[in-house]
Formats: sequence, C-alpha cells, structure tokens
Amino acid sequence: MMRFIAGRVLYGVFTLWFLATATFFAMHAVPGDPLASEKAVSPEIRRNLEARYGLDKPLLTQYGIFIGNMLQGDFGISFTQKNRSVNDIIREHFPISAQLGVLALLWATFGGVVFGAVTAYYRNRWPDYVSVVAVIICISVPGFVFAALAQLAIIGLNEAVGKDVLPVAGWEAGSFRHMLVPSLVLGLGTLAYLTRLMRSSMLEIMDADFVRTAKAKGLATTRIFWQHQLRNAILPVVTVLGPAIAGITTGGFVVEQVFAIPGLGRYFVQAVQQLDYTVIMGTTVFYGAFLIFLVMLVDILYGLIDPRIRLAPEKLRQKGGPV
Amino acid sequence: MGIIPAHMTRLSNIFCLVFALLLPVGALAQGVDAASKTITLGFSSEPPTLNSMESTDQVSSMILAHVKEGLLRYDQHGELAPGVAMRWEVTETSARFWLRRNARWSDGKPVTAHDFVFAWRNALLPATASQYAFILYPIKNAEAINRGELPATALGVTAVGDYELRVELERPCPYFASLTAFMTYYPVREDFFRSRGERYAADAKDMISNGPFMLDKWVHGAALSMAKNPYYWDAQDVKLNRIDIPHMTSDPQAMFNLYRNNSIAMTGLTRELLGKAVELGYPIRSFETGAVYFIEINFRPERATSNLKLRKALQAMIDSTVLVNRIIAIPGMHPTDTLFPRWLKGVEKPFLEEYPPPVIDHSLKRARELMREYLDETGQETPPPLVLLTGENPLAVQQAQYIQYLLREGLGIEVKIDRQIFKQILEKMRAGDFDLVTAGWGPDYNDAMTFADLFTSWNENNRGRYQSEEYDRLVRVAQGTNDQKVRMEAIAAIQQLIADDVVILPSYENSGVYVQDPRLKGVVRSIFGGDPNFRHAWIDDSHPAAAAGATTP
Repeated sequence: MMRFIAGRVLYGVFTLWFLATATFFAMHAVPGDPLASEKAVSPEIRRNLEARYGLDKPLLTQYGIFIGNMLQGDFGISFTQKNRSVNDIIREHFPISAQLGVLALLWATFGGVVFGAVTAYYRNRWPDYVSVVAVIICISVPGFVFAALAQLAIIGLNEAVGKDVLPVAGWEAGSFRHMLVPSLVLGLGTLAYLTRLMRSSMLEIMDADFVRTAKAKGLATTRIFWQHQLRNAILPVVTVLGPAIAGITTGGFVVEQVFAIPGLGRYFVQAVQQLDYTVIMGTTVFYGAFLIFLVMLVDILYGLIDPRIRLAPEKLRQKGGPV
Repeated sequence: MGIIPAHMTRLSNIFCLVFALLLPVGALAQGVDAASKTITLGFSSEPPTLNSMESTDQVSSMILAHVKEGLLRYDQHGELAPGVAMRWEVTETSARFWLRRNARWSDGKPVTAHDFVFAWRNALLPATASQYAFILYPIKNAEAINRGELPATALGVTAVGDYELRVELERPCPYFASLTAFMTYYPVREDFFRSRGERYAADAKDMISNGPFMLDKWVHGAALSMAKNPYYWDAQDVKLNRIDIPHMTSDPQAMFNLYRNNSIAMTGLTRELLGKAVELGYPIRSFETGAVYFIEINFRPERATSNLKLRKALQAMIDSTVLVNRIIAIPGMHPTDTLFPRWLKGVEKPFLEEYPPPVIDHSLKRARELMREYLDETGQETPPPLVLLTGENPLAVQQAQYIQYLLREGLGIEVKIDRQIFKQILEKMRAGDFDLVTAGWGPDYNDAMTFADLFTSWNENNRGRYQSEEYDRLVRVAQGTNDQKVRMEAIAAIQQLIADDVVILPSYENSGVYVQDPRLKGVVRSIFGGDPNFRHAWIDDSHPAAAAGATTP
C-alpha cells in the first residue's frame, strides 16, 4: 500500500510539472499580453511596465524564475489586481468555492444515491419515468438558466412573505442562507449524473447472482438492499466522486457570477480573458494539484470500500477468496 | 498554503444555521435605507487598484472620486467647481492654485500643496509605470521625467508654503484646471504613502481619504463600504452616511434581480433588461457616457482600406442612423457623422453648434459610383474582401453584422467578421491585422483635444496608423495657444479633415440606461470625475415608495 501511494505521489508531481510547463508556454504563445490596455501607452511607460513585471527578460529566464518561485510556493503579484499576490487570491477565494462545492456535493451525492436507488427499485413505473425526465432536464439545461430561475423564485418568495427570507445574491462568510440556493443549483447537474449512474449500477446489481443467493437464503429485503445491493452499486459513484469534487469546486464560475459569490472560479476565468499571467499560472497549478490529490484519494478510498482492490492477489488466495 | 480558513463552516454549524433559517428573518440591507442614510449598490468588478497614481479604470475612478478630491472637482451639474483649491488661475505658461485651509485628511491632518507635488512627481517616476502618466505631460519636464531623462525634482511644480501651488507648463494648456480633477492629479500624502510601502492602497486600512467619503471596509472580490468622512471640508453638504457595496458580479441579470428584490439602489440595463424593466413599469433613466463609437480603419499601405476611394465608398454606404435608431434602439444613443460629441464646448456655445459636422451624402448611388471608380483605379474586377475586427460586446457585434450586411448587399464586399476577446483585439490592432475594427473613445478631460489628438502620428492609440502632416499641424496649432477661437478653428479643420480623408466611420454617441430607486435623489451621472457620484445624493423619505415599504420601486 505504501509503495502504491508513493508511486502515485511521484506520478502526481510529474503531472503537475508537465501541466505547469505546458500552461506557461501555451500562455506566452497566445497573442497579446497582460500589459495591453485600451489606452495604449508610450514605449517608455511600456518599458517601465515590462521591467517591473520581469517581462523584459527572455522567456526561458522567465520560466526559470517562475519554476524557482513556484517551488517556494510563490506565484507572484497579479497583473490586474495590482496590490494582490496570487497566493492571497487563492487563500481568500478558494475556501469560498470549496464551501459552496462541498455543500453542493453533499446534495448531489446524497440525492444521486437515493434517487438512483429508488428509480432502480421502481424500474419502469412512474417514479422511474418522472426521475428520468428530471435527470435529462438537469443534465441538458445549463447551470446559469437554473441560477436565474432560482433568483426569480427567491424574488417571488421574498415578495410574498414581505421580507428577505433568502438573499437574491451575495455572500457573507459562514452564512448558510447565502449558500443554500447557489449550492443546490451548483449540485444539480452532478446530482442528475449520479442518479443516472446509480440507477444503472443498481439495476445491474439487482440481477446479480449473489443477490439471488441472498434472496434464496431468505434474508430480509431491507438487509439485501442496504448490505448487498447499495454497497456494491455505490462503487462507480465513488469512482467519479474525485473528478466531481474538483469539477464542482472549480467549475462554479457561472453560479459564482450569478449569485455574486467571491469564489476562485471567477478569478480563474477572468485571468485567462485578461491574460493575467501570474494568476493563470497560480490557479492552474493549484487546481491541478487539487485534482491530482483528489484522484489519488479516490484510489485509496476505493480500496477501502472494495477489498478486491486493496488486497494483493496472493493474500486473497491464502484466504481462499475469489480471484 | 493554508487553504482551510478559520471561518469554514463545520457540519454542526450548518445544522444550527438550518434552524436559524427556519426562524423569521430580519430584513436584510435595503437598497435605500432612509433611517441610517445608507444606500446599497452592486459593482461589476473589484477595483483593480485604488492607488490614484496608477488607476485607469471606471470602477476605481468611481470609488476614488468619493474618497479623494483633487484641486478641482465636478459639482452636481457636472461643472468644474473648487475642490481642495478655493481659486486658481491658468495662463499660457503657468498655473496657480490657492488651497483652502480647512481641507483635511481622514486622520485630521491638513491637505497641503506638498501632497500634490508628491503625488505628481511619484506618478511620473519610471518605476511607478503609471499608464496615465501622459495626462501630467502638460506640466514642465513631465515627459522627460517619465522617460527617465530627468529626476522627479525637476518637475515644474512648487509648493509655496503649505497652501499655494505653482505649476509651470510645458506648453499652453487652457484646460489645465480641469485636468486637476482627474484621479492621477489627486493628492497623496508622503508620510502615509511611505509608511505603507508596497501595501499602499491595497486594503481599507492602507488608504487615507480627503474626499467626502472614506473607505472603511474592503473584502477583496466581495464587498466595499464607504462611510462619510467627518473631516471633509464640506461635510455638512454630504447627506449620505454610508455607501455599501456588498455585491460584485459582472452578470447584469443578477444585478437586475437584486434591484427587483430591493437589495440595491440602482443598476444599469442591457437591451434585454431594458425590455424587462419597461414591462415591470420601472421608470427608465438614461445618461451620456461621453464616449463616441466608430469604425476605425487600417491605413497600412498593404491594406485595401488604405485607398481613399474605397474608404469614400464605405463612408457613403454606412449611415449609422438606421443602426442606432432601429437596430440598437437604446434611448439616448445618438447617431453621428463626426468624432466630436455634442457636449463638447466650443468658443461660446457647444462646439458642434458653432462648427456643425460636415454633411456626408449617404446614398447607395453615390457609394456604388465611388466603388466603380475605386475598381477602375486599381484595375480590379470585384471588390476585395475585408476583415472587420470586433469584440464580445453585443452592441459591437450587432454593429458588425449590420455593416457586413450593408456592404455585401450594397457594394458586393464580402466582410469577414473576426470576433475576438478584448486582449486579442488589442493585439491584432497593434499588429495591424484588420481592415476595419469596431472601436470607441471615452474622453479623459473636458476639452476637444481629448478626441482631436487621437489620430496624430505620435499617438499610440492611433492603431490604424493614419498619418497626415496637415492633421499633426492642426493639432499643434490647437495645442499652441490659449486663444479658444484659434483652437476651435483648428479643431473644426480637423473635423473636416477626418471626413475628407475618411479617417474613421463615426457611428454613435453612447449612452447608458439604468433604473434607480425613486427615493434616491441627487445622484450625478457625469462624463468626468467618476460616475455615478453620490456626493450630493440624498434619500427622500417623503416619497410614496418609502411609506409603502418600497417593494416595487
């Protein structure tokens, strides 16, 4: 297990280096630069700006400086937010995206597993049909539509009650009221996806031999459901959970815009639009590391749920289990 | 990196909060709160920097206009008024400003002439790399200092005692007084600046104010708040106690929803939202942004558009009246045939009243004649295809599509629309990779020169590389004197030259549409000096909407 983890970590570091290098050169290859602005500046001011940001040096030197600073955990100062370091931006804004993402993921996982299992159980009956339609809608309609609809619903609710039951938009640190609707909207797509995944996996399990055996043994239906079906059916869900966490915590850009939430997503997107070199590199490397870490975590978690992955084949043979 | 913050909600907290949610909730901040004299607003983005010597953008300019004050300022009618300076005089070679003795910083210390000397010198230092340094160039030696050829102390500005400022000018600059209302000219106190070092203006605590308000909260990317500055010399005239900005999003629909929920006091409208606002029965307001939009033309010799006949044909073909009145259809937008907007001052009256724009014959017949002549002259059978560079702004895209249609149907020109994000447009313009581009210009100061010098051979913003000795000469004439008559004659000649050479294809004078809580009064929408401005704003609680709880503004 230790060798397995060490291998994964090494592999992760290499991936991260490759990601950083590729992004660095791709970014500099894009025409235009962070210093260009609508009011053109004189060659003198431009030279001053280039010197200030180190853009006057050859690209390879810039790359060397970047890698050196990155190893010390320093991504430099943003081009567009002139007084803020990229580290500050990540430190202040990622936790907000993360809070929203974790909450969204809670809704999505819980909802996905429950709805998926239920629809599988009621296969080809009305709860199944209703949920299939709902799933298709949730997957195909883009998030900003749901976000806008949710806002209108909040306005209607507030008008009906006569006071602000829920905020239309905005963020207050630790305020659940501000997180509730955005996290629901953010989790909706993943919830639908997980429902579908859970349903098909559940259907497969329901016809499996060991379920039939359990039934033949005369086990109670609820016990079969919880211990034999759910635990096995949930495996594929766990597999996609890693990428889903990364996707949800990093892909909240639209929801963050609509609900005026100061998460990292908007900085990520705006940095690319404004060619803010330092922020692009900082957020890419950070998100990359985050994703790699999560995928690794899922691998390990997977082993905990499914003993076939955790244990080496020899041990299984000694135990006399199936190979 | 410590990425898990102290305030991260624990699960148990979430459950407590769920209960809190079920309990009756007190009213959140209202867009307009008469009791506390507070208004709440939303911003499209975080101010990139509140260091007045380096700021360039609208959001920063709006905040700085509230927390700082220059020698002069703009009053409730958008006219220049005494700010830190009580009176001033400008000659062809110099300017003098007499400062009021009751102007104070938000820590109670007086605002002195030295604060201006320091700010101006510092903004010009090559190391500061201020993008707006050029606006200080009318001051003697400013440009040389900015190039690093002279030390900052050589700048032609002296503090005579604490309350008089003497400025030597590099060249005549009759509008110099109005420049001092611009943010790059705002005062900066040396001791405070030095005490903050690199952190100057990076946070609310790293700022000091001499304006009607002071910044007392700045949560990056999330919220700002400005409180009335008790030390402001005219504090009794400032009616609002607080301006709160707890929302930042570039989504106009989200802003509009906040306005509908009565959470913010005003918001701008896109064309789609304009329809929605009308449907909801909100009174629609509009204001001049001061900017002029046009199609900029590439004059590089290898481009087809460097040919005058072709440009003339385009000029005859493209009439922006239909575009503005029928297609864009936003109240307040004004189709135009000149670079100079209607609000610019002339000698006595508005410039365009004294010197009306050249009349251009926009007709299909004339356009086709010119096109024929162009084809004969260059020996071509069919017109060359043109590349029209444009951005993401829906208005610019509409404009581009309209022109594409006009030129194809009218002149048989195939126009390829090259749609790019902003940075790429700038890069393509710099590289000359376009024939036509949808562009615009917002004025920096209240004088025709802010538009007129745009197409001089030395202006970096002349990205189409138009070159004309006559144009350059006329600009020098207008820059060489304080005689307004001579200056305006030169500007009028420039206006004629722009039409004759078809330097640009003018489209429209821009305007913004917005909705505003009817209880909020005295908000100044202005072309210069930070917009919108709340220095003179107040809350009218006798308005019927106030009594009704204002659920529908």
